[in-house]
Amino acid sequence: MASAGLIGTWLAAGLTLCIFSFLYRDNPFYKFAEHLYVGVSAGYWACLEYHNVFRPNLWDPLVRGDLILLIPFALGLLLFSRFTNKLFWLSRWAMALIIGIFAGIAIIGYGTGDLILQIHANLLPLWTGNWLESMNNFLLTIGVITGLIYFFFSKEHKGAVGSGARIGIWFLMISFGASFGYTVMSRMSLLIGRVYFLLGEWLHLIQ
Amino acid sequence: MKDRILKILESLEKLDRRIIFIFIAGAVALPLIFPMNIDFSVTPPVQSFYDSIQSLPEGAKVLLSCDYDPGSMPELWPMNLAAMRQLCQKNLKIISIQLWATGSPLAEAAFNQVAVGEFNKEYGVDFVNLGFKEGREVVMVSLGNNIPSTFPTDYHGNKVEDLPIMEGVKNYDDLAMIINISGGLPGTKEWILQVVTRFHIKLASGCTAVSAPEFYPYLQSGQLSGLLGGMKGAAEYEKLVGKIGLGRRGMDSQSISHLVIFVFILIGNIAYFSTRKKKKRE
Repeated sequence: MASAGLIGTWLAAGLTLCIFSFLYRDNPFYKFAEHLYVGVSAGYWACLEYHNVFRPNLWDPLVRGDLILLIPFALGLLLFSRFTNKLFWLSRWAMALIIGIFAGIAIIGYGTGDLILQIHANLLPLWTGNWLESMNNFLLTIGVITGLIYFFFSKEHKGAVGSGARIGIWFLMISFGASFGYTVMSRMSLLIGRVYFLLGEWLHLIQ
Repeated sequence: MKDRILKILESLEKLDRRIIFIFIAGAVALPLIFPMNIDFSVTPPVQSFYDSIQSLPEGAKVLLSCDYDPGSMPELWPMNLAAMRQLCQKNLKIISIQLWATGSPLAEAAFNQVAVGEFNKEYGVDFVNLGFKEGREVVMVSLGNNIPSTFPTDYHGNKVEDLPIMEGVKNYDDLAMIINISGGLPGTKEWILQVVTRFHIKLASGCTAVSAPEFYPYLQSGQLSGLLGGMKGAAEYEKLVGKIGLGRRGMDSQSISHLVIFVFILIGNIAYFSTRKKKKRE
């Protein structure tokens, strides 16, 4: 058992180094690790979908006599008609059902959870009795209004509308900068995770 | 002298990216080997996350949705462990589900390490792993109608209705709150839109840093009761829970590597603006 863990660690370390070798330049080691990853992932997903989705959700209940499941089974089979030129249109029935259900669920969620509640959350008092809080509310309100002006294209961005749109761009740029900062942090975290594994679990340099 | 400086700046503009990689590698690796323990404070979103769990009564049942994969483990695994630790410390019952198929073995490993290994909790009584279910938002809504019919069996194939922890659990009304460890889609945004508003249940989220800015508006509107953003959020949370993990250990590397990136951006801009005049003259 311990030796299996050791082999796993060495294998993971070797593959990590193969991927990192791309930082120098493209090479066969990187290509090998990349292809291996794609192949293993595809196999893993196929098994997972069969054991976790197809069998417990469809096949097993169907065998037990839950015949209503023949309808989703037939719709699922229709999806495979995309592989034939003559019958590919049949897959549209199943696709229409999937898109219809997901669109219906998403519209309710976005309408109530996003649109209404986010508008409500932006209706803030500009003076709360606390300077810092008032400043925050003021900035948020200005940011929302000028951001909306920037995306208002029915009127040319000149005069007062143009000034508002320019301020809106500043708010957008600051938010993009903050998002990019978070993205850098996220990517560095992934690197830290791998380096922590290499130095800790593989080389035992970290206590 | 001025020409010499310009020449150096020109050469810096053409600096090979691999040299920058070496600096970044050093900035990440050295603080891990030689920790500096740079101090940091706990931010309000993380404090809210901690407080929202702390305020629950002992024995309350919490839904822990582990929606992530090994690709985002460095950020989300420390949060997952720390959240389980706090839930176990408070003697809360954990019902875990996964909307990402790759999240199931990770949730299982986290339970083995924390709930069983550290707190000696009993499977089926103190915690349960219901496993993965395909269907994304449909599963979220379906849980609001009937949890046992959405997940008839758990990760190990046991009948959910036979497990003591599931006694009296029909839908979201029987749960105290939801904790979502989110690596992307489906994740926190879908939980907010489909469940929080519709079923009026409290949600706290731990997410990758890349998606954290998207969720701050929901924190401000009260739709989220707490937010852990990336490794920094995990580190702050570990500090509150009282056990150091990868989040805290990675913070020195995070700080130093950010400093290195900042210095390179600064040098790049100085080199660009200094040599621009000369290039225009030529």
